[in-house]
Amino acid sequence: MTALAIENVSKNFGGVSALTDVSLEVGEGERRILLGPNGAGKTTLFHTIAGAIMPSAGCINLFGCDITRLRPDRRARLGLARTFQITNLFPRLTVLDSILLAQHGASGQGMQLFWPLSTSRSQCDKAEELLDQCGLAGTAPRLVRTLSYGEQRQLEIALALAGKPRLLLLDEPTAGLSPAETRRVVALVHALRRDMTIVMIEHDMDVAFELADRIAVMHQGRIIAEGNEAKIRDSKQVADIYLGTE
Amino acid sequence: MKLRIWPAACLFAVVALSIALPEFLRAYYLALTTKMLIFALFAMSLDLLLGYTGLASLGHAAYFGVAAYTIALLVVRAGVSSAAAFPAALCAATVTGALFAPLALRARGSYFLMITFALAQVVWSIAFGWRSLTEGDDGLPGVVRPDFGWSLDNTTSFYYFVLVVVSAAALLLVAVVRSPFGRALRGIRDSESRMRALGYDVWRYQYVAFVLAAAFAGIAGALYAYFNRFVGPEYLYVVQSAEALIMVILGGAGTLIGPAIGAGLIVFLEDFISSMTEHWVLILGIIYVAVTLFAPRGLIGIFIEFRQHRTKP
Repeated sequence: MTALAIENVSKNFGGVSALTDVSLEVGEGERRILLGPNGAGKTTLFHTIAGAIMPSAGCINLFGCDITRLRPDRRARLGLARTFQITNLFPRLTVLDSILLAQHGASGQGMQLFWPLSTSRSQCDKAEELLDQCGLAGTAPRLVRTLSYGEQRQLEIALALAGKPRLLLLDEPTAGLSPAETRRVVALVHALRRDMTIVMIEHDMDVAFELADRIAVMHQGRIIAEGNEAKIRDSKQVADIYLGTE
Repeated sequence: MKLRIWPAACLFAVVALSIALPEFLRAYYLALTTKMLIFALFAMSLDLLLGYTGLASLGHAAYFGVAAYTIALLVVRAGVSSAAAFPAALCAATVTGALFAPLALRARGSYFLMITFALAQVVWSIAFGWRSLTEGDDGLPGVVRPDFGWSLDNTTSFYYFVLVVVSAAALLLVAVVRSPFGRALRGIRDSESRMRALGYDVWRYQYVAFVLAAAFAGIAGALYAYFNRFVGPEYLYVVQSAEALIMVILGGAGTLIGPAIGAGLIVFLEDFISSMTEHWVLILGIIYVAVTLFAPRGLIGIFIEFRQHRTKP
């Protein structure tokens, strides 16, 4: 089954064309990496998938359901979760509260105005388990703003995972991390459930080739190459973009 | 265990003190304490927007004043019983909030502030200009206090009445901010875009917070109409809205106890300083500047930092 189908999506900002006729199909359980230099349109494409910006043309299907005009929160409740390239957390909340928020948001339980006053044991246990999995054991009572940058990047992923999404969008999860921290994030992504579809933006070729089932390379708002590791490595066009032409 | 005993002991002391207060306060100061309680509720209701949801409203007096005017108009003009006017006042404030919220929530930050300010000024100008109904800036005297079989006309019984109503409202507010809804509001305050990505309908949460804040401000406004036995357009004026903002910021936004303390302090200082000089608003401005410069997290922030210093050597 197709998890995500993007058909002929374009996006213009005024006269600048950020995406031109992009089509992409990602199967269920697939791990797809988006590669490309800065300004290639990867994050814009992500924003159109997550609903933060609306495409100028084209349509987007999530598990066979047209989500092109859907609000971001509705998409989230359909099983789509994302991380942000620039860390976007709740600095004045505790780590535990952040996770509880994420669990509640995806549950579709709606507003609970007066009750319950305290969180159930089982919710807390689930949150602690998730924090363990993301290498954040023992940070639950801390305020998010007191976490190190590396820990905040891991919390980005933990928040996205808390809602048990069917499609996970990771926007440069390793950006700015030390090599050791990068290894930890790669291991974390590797260990995720295989039935979870993952689309991930990555700059680091090694990380990309290690995690990807298939890779799509973007340049100047278009997808210029698509395929498995060998195909991308052999592509002359990709080499030109990354190494320059003589 | 030590940490759990202290709040309980403090709470017990506050409750005992509030009940015993009429025994050793002169009537004038008991009335001043009653006013502090009313404004504590007003400030806490604004904090639901400012401190928890991250929306700075400069028009919160609208809901306070609409409730007060509803009481006065029903009692003085329509001859409705004072007690029956109370639910009507609560409804009027809530409905005003429900109508204004969609307009105000189209904007954020200082634009939200300006829209809430403009909306409140509209209500103020109606109260000021529609003389045949509201007597304009003369206001409406002759509001009687409700009578539940025992009279609220003496200072002590009215103090207890306000104490009960404000405590009940404050407990409800505590329940709201501690519920999953309250946690979501704090999440929205910190990052709207992240909350959307997590599946929250941010607008709906903000709307409900806005209407709740209006309703609680309405309770305070109704009590204040009873308290003064009078209603005037200054209840709706921007100075009233700004004073509430300063109460919240002085006490510490994002905690309910902070704004309550801030309100008590401002009401006390206003009374104390007004007896010496006419320039109370000038002093208020200086207090505001001093707090934002030297204690940006308010009085409660100073207390929290002090405690963190002691526990972390």
